[in-house]
Amino acid sequence: MILTPFPFRLAAAALALACAPALALDANHPYEKTLTNGLRVIVKEDHRAPTVVQMVWYHAGAMDEMDGTSGVAHVLEHMMFKGTRKIAPGEFSKRVAAAGGRDNAFTSLDYTAYFQQVPKRALPEMMALEADRMANLKLDAKEFAQEIRVVMEERRLRTDDNPHALLHEAMNAVAFTEHPYRRPIIGWMSDLEHMSYRDAQDWYKRWYAPNNAYVVVVGDVDHDAVFSLAEKYYGGIKRHALPKAKPFAEPKQIGIKRLNIKAPAKLPYLSMAWKVPKLKDAERDREPYALEMLDAVLDGDDAARLPKNLVRGEKIAQSAGAGYDSTLRGEAQFVLSGQPAEGKSVADLEAALRAQIRRIQEEGVTAAELARVKTQTVASQIYRRDSMMAQAMEIGGTEAAGFAWRDIDKMQDKLRSVTAEEVQAVARKYFNDDTLTVAVLDPQPLDSAAAKSKPPSSGH
Amino acid sequence: MKKILFAAFCLFATATQAGVSIEHWTTPSGARVYFVASRALPMLDVQIDFAAGSAFLASGETRLAGLACLSNDLLDSGAAGLDEEQIAARLAESGARLSGSCGQDRAGLSLRTLSSQAERDAALGLMHAILATPTYPNDALEREKARRVSAIQEAETRPDGIVAKRFSEAIYPGHPYGVNATVDSVGRIARDDLVAFWRGHYGARRAAVTIIGDVSRAEAENIASRLTDGLPDAPAEDPLPAVALSERKTLKIPHPAAQSHIYIGLPLIKRGDPDFFALLVGNYVLGGGGFVSRLMKEVREKRGYAYSVYSTFSPLRSLGPFQIGLQTKRAQAGEALQVVETTLTQFLKQGPTDNELRNAKKHLIDSQALGLDSNAKILGIVSIIGFYGLPLSWIADYPRRIAAVTAAEVRQAFNRHVKPEHLVTVIVAGD
Repeated sequence: MILTPFPFRLAAAALALACAPALALDANHPYEKTLTNGLRVIVKEDHRAPTVVQMVWYHAGAMDEMDGTSGVAHVLEHMMFKGTRKIAPGEFSKRVAAAGGRDNAFTSLDYTAYFQQVPKRALPEMMALEADRMANLKLDAKEFAQEIRVVMEERRLRTDDNPHALLHEAMNAVAFTEHPYRRPIIGWMSDLEHMSYRDAQDWYKRWYAPNNAYVVVVGDVDHDAVFSLAEKYYGGIKRHALPKAKPFAEPKQIGIKRLNIKAPAKLPYLSMAWKVPKLKDAERDREPYALEMLDAVLDGDDAARLPKNLVRGEKIAQSAGAGYDSTLRGEAQFVLSGQPAEGKSVADLEAALRAQIRRIQEEGVTAAELARVKTQTVASQIYRRDSMMAQAMEIGGTEAAGFAWRDIDKMQDKLRSVTAEEVQAVARKYFNDDTLTVAVLDPQPLDSAAAKSKPPSSGH
Repeated sequence: MKKILFAAFCLFATATQAGVSIEHWTTPSGARVYFVASRALPMLDVQIDFAAGSAFLASGETRLAGLACLSNDLLDSGAAGLDEEQIAARLAESGARLSGSCGQDRAGLSLRTLSSQAERDAALGLMHAILATPTYPNDALEREKARRVSAIQEAETRPDGIVAKRFSEAIYPGHPYGVNATVDSVGRIARDDLVAFWRGHYGARRAAVTIIGDVSRAEAENIASRLTDGLPDAPAEDPLPAVALSERKTLKIPHPAAQSHIYIGLPLIKRGDPDFFALLVGNYVLGGGGFVSRLMKEVREKRGYAYSVYSTFSPLRSLGPFQIGLQTKRAQAGEALQVVETTLTQFLKQGPTDNELRNAKKHLIDSQALGLDSNAKILGIVSIIGFYGLPLSWIADYPRRIAAVTAAEVRQAFNRHVKPEHLVTVIVAGD
């Protein structure tokens, strides 16, 4: 029931096997089967330890919500632990615990996913449990009334009392006009206050179907045995028609947008987001890979330009970072953010961040730094294989963005093929003020904040 | 180079790793080494922990609070003819990740590197250089002091930061575990203090080295010997002062947050205490077992008072803390706290039911495999076994020790260590 707005970072989190393609097609590649009801099952064998992770991913996230019921994808995720026609509320997690396992779930803008990490012998029971709640969830007013209060507490914890989270929430609401990324995953408080169990029920009926889901299994298993189990437990669930989404396009931004947020804090905080392309065609696109490399050159490791130049060299920033996620369903942004160092202003930091981009526009990046970030990319792929969960996330996240696990190796090769000229070209092309949104946290002293900006929900 | 690496990877990729076999020896320099061979992936983790955490700042030096962690943080700001930019660049070029860590007892470095010879040698060479010859340049010190001061001031505005600090100060009166860095104490730290702290604490006799990954025993011996050669001649670990328990009290700290942040607890046990397993089983039932714990059931499931509520304990060299934590809408903080107190009181009085005990033991035993299914997880556990000198058979003994716990032992252990007359409650942003 964690809520993770997952930016899948191509370079840092989402990709690929370490071995050359020859290996990937040999011993360690995933296996895939589609059941007749449309449910896809992807299995990756990893025999290092006698455990297994099962993840069930639904192609339904906060971006599929409507105004007025923001947060319902995440609320439903909570309700998925509240019982079915077969098992009582809370029983799901009890059974996972009794099997020696752990479970949780997360909702993102793009998808909702559930997982259990268990000793391998418990996999059949985990499949029975997930299959049960894929089709038989029992949603009632009483359980809902209790759980919606928990979600409101979660919102207070994660957003209302967290100045940086508040800023990013407000920033997305300004950066996007029509695109649903403008709404927060957790939902606006007033939408949560007026949500009914029927909203959750509608959501469940609309999106929770085998033909809108896929199961990812990584661990000490035999893939054929997993396919048989999947057939046994999930095979009987009926598919149903999915809503056809109307196409929409975010109107072109035609000028810089700026906003300020006041919240109790000591340090100001700055975030700058440019609208940039995302990956659409893993084979033919070039720019998204170049943007990933630009991100890594700026902030991929401790020797990258932002920590080196702004935190250590010029001492303008207390902290500084970059972020770009090329693999997502919605609109991509390239974000630079940071806190000014003591004695420096937000304007100083903004100027310094812009200067870092300008330098790359004018001088490009060096062969040595590009080689370094590529080495780091290769190493992270190997390190990722230490964790079954990380491998399952990589497969699931890639699929959630509309790509296939088969693309993972290809995307990795493409990243390694990016040239210094391509990095310079995207830096020149996309860091234009007309698509930029700038948000500033204006820190307020605690005592005056106590008097002025007490959130409405805190008093009652 | 990379091709050779990948070939090795493919060869070993399907090797099965069964159990955890820890090899242990002491280097000529006097460092204790704990090694687990794991050939399935072409990578290596090396962690070195020194008795150099914040608690080892000699008592009376609270005026320099923050020195221990700053000494650790600045290790990589210059060494043996290399400046901090060269160190950062060379590490990154080798594909390695190096991170410092600094807690109450332990401070050290951990390195994750590719196990191929050239990359491994480059990364381990840098790790050794910054441990054995840190230069602590003044400009890096001044910069990091300024950043530390800003971070302290920022944390003092956040309810979660405030509650954690006030809680540790309140449950450890007069003990180094209760001393937190302040704007003033960080401001006083000079380069000579860093050098003196490093000289007095980063010696081989205070070190435990944990190695896991794709190397042989002979290679591991070589790595450990080279890593701990030429370190300062620091004395062996000195004992920490005894903990004096606080009297029962409640602290309320005003804050404008929407939620009250609440901690309740006290110092509990040392590493190696025989009550550990009974407390582990009991705590699982009380608030450690996630969605199936009593606290979660009473506070979240039944009443919707909080998103997160838990109890946890972490044994240390001296008595480590036990704490219950939750955040709840400020208007209902009183009621939520009442529910927590009633749940704890009942648990102390009655202990777990037979059913709860059985479920907790079964879960803890069956889930052990999950705690050992990656090199990173094994590194975490073995480094604790090594630093605190727990038996090498600790992992193998674990199921048997859990299985032997009885309900009476849980109740007795909780009542022996969780004494209501010493419980401290800290509420930030209460009404």
